Amino acid sequence: MRHLLATVVGKTVRVVAKLRGGGSALPGLVAEKIDPNFLPRTLGTLPHGVVVISGTNGKTTTTKMVVELLQGQGLRVFTNRTGSNFTRGVVAAVLGESTTAGKLTADIAVLELDEAHAVHFVKLVAPRYSLLLNVMRDQLDRFGEIETTAGFLRQIAQATTEAVVLNREDPRIAGLAEAVTAREVRYFGLASGLRHMFPSDDDMRSGTTGEAAALPDADVILSSCDGPEATFTVDGRDIDARLKLTGVYNVYNSAAALALARTVLGADADEEALLRSLEAVTPAFGRGESLTVNGQPLDLVLVKNPAGFRLALRSFPAEGFRTMIAINDNYADGRDMSWLWDVDFDSLAAAGVDEVSGVRAHDMALRLFYEDVPVGRVDTELTASLRRFIELDPDKPKRIYCTYTAMLALRRELGKLTDVEVVS
Amino acid sequence: MDAPVIDLLQLYPRDMNIYGDWGNVLVLRKRLQLRGYDVRLHEYNPGDEFPGQVDLIVGGGGQDSGQNKIQADLHALGGRLKELADDGVPMLAICGLYQLFGNFFKTHTGDVIKGIGLLNVDTVGGPTRMIGNTVLDSSEFGTVIGYENHSGQTFLKEGVQPFGTVTKGEGNNGQDGTEGARYRNVVASYLHGSLLPKNPAVADFLVRHAALRRHGSFNDVRLDVPYEAEARESSAARPR
Ligand SMILES: [Zn+2]
Repeated sequence: MRHLLATVVGKTVRVVAKLRGGGSALPGLVAEKIDPNFLPRTLGTLPHGVVVISGTNGKTTTTKMVVELLQGQGLRVFTNRTGSNFTRGVVAAVLGESTTAGKLTADIAVLELDEAHAVHFVKLVAPRYSLLLNVMRDQLDRFGEIETTAGFLRQIAQATTEAVVLNREDPRIAGLAEAVTAREVRYFGLASGLRHMFPSDDDMRSGTTGEAAALPDADVILSSCDGPEATFTVDGRDIDARLKLTGVYNVYNSAAALALARTVLGADADEEALLRSLEAVTPAFGRGESLTVNGQPLDLVLVKNPAGFRLALRSFPAEGFRTMIAINDNYADGRDMSWLWDVDFDSLAAAGVDEVSGVRAHDMALRLFYEDVPVGRVDTELTASLRRFIELDPDKPKRIYCTYTAMLALRRELGKLTDVEVVS
Repeated sequence: MDAPVIDLLQLYPRDMNIYGDWGNVLVLRKRLQLRGYDVRLHEYNPGDEFPGQVDLIVGGGGQDSGQNKIQADLHALGGRLKELADDGVPMLAICGLYQLFGNFFKTHTGDVIKGIGLLNVDTVGGPTRMIGNTVLDSSEFGTVIGYENHSGQTFLKEGVQPFGTVTKGEGNNGQDGTEGARYRNVVASYLHGSLLPKNPAVADFLVRHAALRRHGSFNDVRLDVPYEAEARESSAARPR
């Protein structure tokens, strides 16, 4: 009876919160208060159980990929789409999709969880599968240390019952294998020729990417990546794909998603359909988009930590593009600006940066000065900066590197200023 | 005539280089180059040969695992570093290396990690992390701006002056209002951000003493670095 009450009350609050334009976590909070077993009971009934995806970079896009891969196999997938990647957000999402009787009509749940929140979540619901992507410096002002974050991921690995999928290229992630009590550990990885594209935080300054220690065999290997063309080595066979996602880090995430989907599906996997789904995946909302603005392409590239920013700069050549960088330091972006000093900006030196904007525009511009990258204008006013950026030299393609809250603001402004067509 | 040389050494860049410590190296190098010096950059990692000529030393913070990797090497190198410090070599030690330059770090589980005693300071592990934008008032350098992130609480002992007094933030230990430590030409601090880009007075103190000690003179040209003043202003005004 408690369960039913929690669902009805939760659903009501959800409607009210929606009307008020309120946050997605509020109804979850209410349901959690009334029935602490709400989540285990609802998710526990799913025939294929719960999948948890965590790690520093790429969670949102990878989760979207996994969802689409599994849907392409005919599974009904529940996911926490609203970006509420903590327990209450999951409760809220469950409420949104469950019947008034408190039943979730899905075969499997695929959940993106923040490292710290995942620890609470797995205590409530043991995931059947988990996918752990990477652990990098991100918002150390919140978690304190990489080792702390790695410890969170270890708890997810330990709580997983059936199979854990790990990134064999990230030593801290690969090292979690020894903590796994699940039936199986699987890996995704990179061919050696691509490894230099993915330096870890540990070899950020030493230039060399860790000696080739004996790596475990991987179920899916990204073996080549050239623009949208990628080759995955799956179980020893090469599979060519033409993706809608660009940026080598996104393509590597698709290797992770593929490995997880194959693990979940086992012998039932329809490989042709997996490939078709993979080729159709577009980036998740707020994770970077390709737009057409006044007839010219404009890429919004989300950057939130040094490894991600460095990967993005390596993925996108600067020549022929107008470039803008927008750095905010609101809570969701992280307040500490020191990470900007751990990114190499020399790839922008030849073409320069046309506009530098955001709350911490001057920190960013100072960083570029010390790397000899020419800077056009520095303006903390995002709207004015964006307007100049798209109006001057209108015939050139454009790219904006931006932190999370800067991206949200820019996306809003772009809609007001011009005709925007979303390409992907 | 060849440009005068300055040998700049980065201590343990592989293991102790988090929170933008590289930024400090970049700034020192650039500010020397703009004044006509030829900067030779040396990276020193555990097991490397320590260069014969060193004019300026920079070191940063690390994860616990990074600190474990360098400890034995640092202890072996300690005597040498102390001699250099006493001889007036300017040094910048941030966060983790600041702690290890002191007498000891006592963790809150009671383990004692020995430091090299270059600075007469003691550090004990605290229950909470002190995190956020930080502003200091320094009699030597004026207003200093940075970002702190540490749980160790450091206490200054005899013969060591603070780097500054906190006007925003927690500082060395959250109790006595001091931040960082000064000894001879050594500057030690918890502040990253990176520290030097937004605090040119500190950067120029270090390069001046490096040049004076090596060449007997310093080409004291005033540098007009764009965006510096605005970056200082906006950082100081940001919430913690
Ligand atoms: Zn620190």
